[in-house]
Amino acid sequence: MSTQHIKVTVNGTAHEADVEPRLLLVHFLRDSLGLTGTHIGCDTTHCGACTIHLDGESAKSCTVLAVQADGRQVKTIEGMADGATLHPLQQAFWDQHGLQCGFCTPGMIMQSAWLLGENPDPTELEIREGISGNLCRCTGYVNIVKSIQQAAAEMAAAAETQTGSPVAAG
Amino acid sequence: MIPGQFDYVRPGSLGETLQILKDREGEAKLLSGGYSLIPLIKLRLAQPALLVDMRDLAGLDGIGETDDFLVIGAKATHRQIHENAIIQARYPGIVDVAATIGDPQVRNWGTIGGSVAHADPASDWPALLIATGATIVCTSQAGERTIAAREFFLDTFTTAIEPTEVLTQVRLPRRPKLAGGAYEKLERKVGDFATVGVAVMVRLNADGTIKGAGIGVTGVAATPFAATDGEAILVGNAPSDALFRQAGAAVGAQSSPGGDVRGPVEYKRAMAAEMTLRALRTAVQRALAYA
Repeated sequence: MSTQHIKVTVNGTAHEADVEPRLLLVHFLRDSLGLTGTHIGCDTTHCGACTIHLDGESAKSCTVLAVQADGRQVKTIEGMADGATLHPLQQAFWDQHGLQCGFCTPGMIMQSAWLLGENPDPTELEIREGISGNLCRCTGYVNIVKSIQQAAAEMAAAAETQTGSPVAAG
Repeated sequence: MIPGQFDYVRPGSLGETLQILKDREGEAKLLSGGYSLIPLIKLRLAQPALLVDMRDLAGLDGIGETDDFLVIGAKATHRQIHENAIIQARYPGIVDVAATIGDPQVRNWGTIGGSVAHADPASDWPALLIATGATIVCTSQAGERTIAAREFFLDTFTTAIEPTEVLTQVRLPRRPKLAGGAYEKLERKVGDFATVGVAVMVRLNADGTIKGAGIGVTGVAATPFAATDGEAILVGNAPSDALFRQAGAAVGAQSSPGGDVRGPVEYKRAMAAEMTLRALRTAVQRALAYA
């Protein structure tokens, strides 16, 4: 079986590799690139622990082949913080106790980041629907929802500051 | 889980794809979004020698209406279908289905063509395609072939597609006036496969009686099926809960579920009846509102 040459940009860094077609993207990220922040939970497309962004859209990287990422942009949890400054979602999960064991957290944050990109001001129901493909076995989700709400508010405030003035007519 | 070994190719055109399928007949499997196929190859329930990635095949993800049909390209994702303006405006039954498939990540990448070709016995799209009298377009080097959805799903994971064909489109009849569709899915939790899913399409006469009815059922047989006994009960009669319950009972009776973690046989039959009742109520309301 022949290997495939792939070029994948992960968190802004270009990578090239020869991979077996059967190599899963999550294994490429963790084992080839050492980006172990992306977790493998159920390995059956249910739990969402392996959620990453593929060309900006959230995906479960245990159900994507590395060859499918060829020519695409991947973003993982390692790409969220800006140097020592946590992403608002990371900070909010910390502040609101949005994690206990932390296993689901990278996937939860990546899915939340995608959700807030699509819908910057989600209702609680929209948040719960938005993370419905991500399972947490510790928190009961209450604090996760609070975390996402905090991050949404902070990101909206930051966006307002950037644009100079609040949007008067929405 | 690590898939078995396979070769991979990403052809740039449909013509090239069809040549590969011909040259490697029976060995190749088409890869679309991957959300049905990759779990299967990870479990080694499918062990194709060659994966043919459809990613670079242009023009297969369009959604639009012709004079007769609503045409959905095979590569349209569940999300593209869900968010499409035509579908949002006129096809609420399709919105019902698209909204309940998997979870957001699955809907971002999974495609209707992949789902239909995969033919999981509990998948959602087949129920809708059966209920609406849709046709499935398969393309080979010999040209296009259309297959009625009712003749397409042969058995568990088994369809009428030939190994040398690519599923390129699904075509649903355009929605006539006084017609409405709905899909009701019972699932243990969000993102689970349907315990039972019932898609219905109802068309009314001007006097309010039922002119035509389609019922597609998933999750309670070896493959999604048309609940023809229930359809026959509806046609010609005035809509009422009593009639819907009678049709629902016929749907339950025509089901052949297996007992499993999602419930025993009798429960599933009862739920098939209940989902039919609920879907019919909604569909008739929608038909009346689309005058």
